[in-house]
Amino acid sequence: MTSSVRSATVRFGPTVALDDITVEVPGGSVVAVVGGDGAGKSTLLRALAGEVPLDAGTVEAPPRQRLGYLPASSGSWAALTVTQNIDFVAGIYGLAGEELTARRTELLDRASLTPAANRLAAQLSGGMRRKLGFVMAIVHRPALLILDEPSTGIDPVSRIDLWRLASEAAASGAAVLMSTTYLDEAERAAYLIVLDSGRVLVQGSYDQVRAGFTGLVTRADQPVRAEWTWRRGRALREYWPGSDPPPGATAVAPDLEDIVIALSLVRRQTVPS
Amino acid sequence: MTGVLLRAGHVTRRFGGFTAVDDVSMQVLPGEVVGLLGANGAGKTTLIRMLLGLIAVTSGRVDLLGGPPDRERRRRLGYVPQGLGLYGDLTVRENLSFSARAYDIAEPALPATLTGHAGVLVRELPLGAQRQVAFLAALTHSPDVLVLDEPTSGVDALGRVALWDTIRAQAERGAGVLVTTHNMQEAQQCDRLLLMSDGRLVAQGSEADIIGSTTAVAVRTGDWAQAFAALNAAGAPVMLAGRSIRVANADPAELAGVLKAARIEASLQPVPATIEERMLMLARGTEVP
Repeated sequence: MTSSVRSATVRFGPTVALDDITVEVPGGSVVAVVGGDGAGKSTLLRALAGEVPLDAGTVEAPPRQRLGYLPASSGSWAALTVTQNIDFVAGIYGLAGEELTARRTELLDRASLTPAANRLAAQLSGGMRRKLGFVMAIVHRPALLILDEPSTGIDPVSRIDLWRLASEAAASGAAVLMSTTYLDEAERAAYLIVLDSGRVLVQGSYDQVRAGFTGLVTRADQPVRAEWTWRRGRALREYWPGSDPPPGATAVAPDLEDIVIALSLVRRQTVPS
Repeated sequence: MTGVLLRAGHVTRRFGGFTAVDDVSMQVLPGEVVGLLGANGAGKTTLIRMLLGLIAVTSGRVDLLGGPPDRERRRRLGYVPQGLGLYGDLTVRENLSFSARAYDIAEPALPATLTGHAGVLVRELPLGAQRQVAFLAALTHSPDVLVLDEPTSGVDALGRVALWDTIRAQAERGAGVLVTTHNMQEAQQCDRLLLMSDGRLVAQGSEADIIGSTTAVAVRTGDWAQAFAALNAAGAPVMLAGRSIRVANADPAELAGVLKAARIEASLQPVPATIEERMLMLARGTEVP
């Protein structure tokens, strides 16, 4: 089944956290929401999870017991062991006995947490704690899995573990919506949504986003217009939204980072912030 | 500024029976941005704490600006920790006054993006603005060496551009910059990379040097979910990349066998590995560092 928010607007006092956003999360795929601090990622996820009421628009999501949600904060109880954390959450969903033991064993193994089963959550590394949160969110086989920045601040090896776990959930039919601040991670998703100040900057598959991008990005050894120029390593890039670049400029194939920067610059110059 | 700014020579640090940093030699020169990579527990933080003079070496030698990292030399150092090191209960202005007094310099002028926030408590600022304040506090005394821990974590694309402009400007005026990062895009902004694993320096140089002989295979198939499940069950280090599947350091023939047994049609293609895949291989112990 497909979960969605349509024409969703959420205000916190004078702040518009989400501004007329439509997002679909089909079963069997990983959808990534990407954006910086304050872009509206968490609000979008919480709206879909039913944790934040909409000021306008509609939400379609499975009932609570078919929903798994990993919040941006820890998502586990520090004073309980890994096993106690999982069993507690599983109990809420009515999982017990041999069925629970089998499910817990399977998930601990897949998350490479088996050696830490009896450790207190407080004694886990950041990456292990996120994986425990993930296991707790998925223990009841939810139809919609919502993960709020599961990989922020954790090392690449744990990130790959988390991606494998999310991919497994999607491969077995769940709709997975995860937020991230890493654009290279969003490239990996079947569908990506870039948020900027509560609005969708661009969305689609990575191929669609690249195909829909207009204008030219050039290598700018001598940038002509500073306001359209940015740095990638030691080199500079310049964006030409409509007009042609000067003769002799070398066009580059923009990656997602270039595309997002170029579109953000367009937005800054058309919408006063 | 000439000469080596930051140098570790055969540095080892043990905590009891545990060797956190094992015979590491590295250096940072003026004008370069060096990226320090490694999984959690690889020894990055211990190495940095020794370079900064916060903990002692068990053996080997650390030089900051040509000598031991004492108080006088540390005045010429700028450090932005991942937690930013600001006082949340003080305002932007108070935080900057404090660091200016500590370095005995004049208080910095606020950039246009922060002028409206001078009297705001730091903990009430958005993360991007907090990062700007932390950079300002660490840079106003024009340090010769700059150490940054995950400098652009949680910042949007334009915010990253602005922070990297600042970092580059420091390198261009001659400072040496050491950046620890988990973000592969951030790694690509560096001039040179160092990769640590299990306390040792296992690779250094360009992205290609870091990836070394690690390879990957892209699996393209109409039914990625089944292919993913089959390869995962066979214990292969699988990752999803869009609708295709990547497997690091795999033998294409072996993967083809697994897929054939599961009756899945797929095309297999060798592709360049990523830095992350090299790190995954190191962590899995399939490669002896």
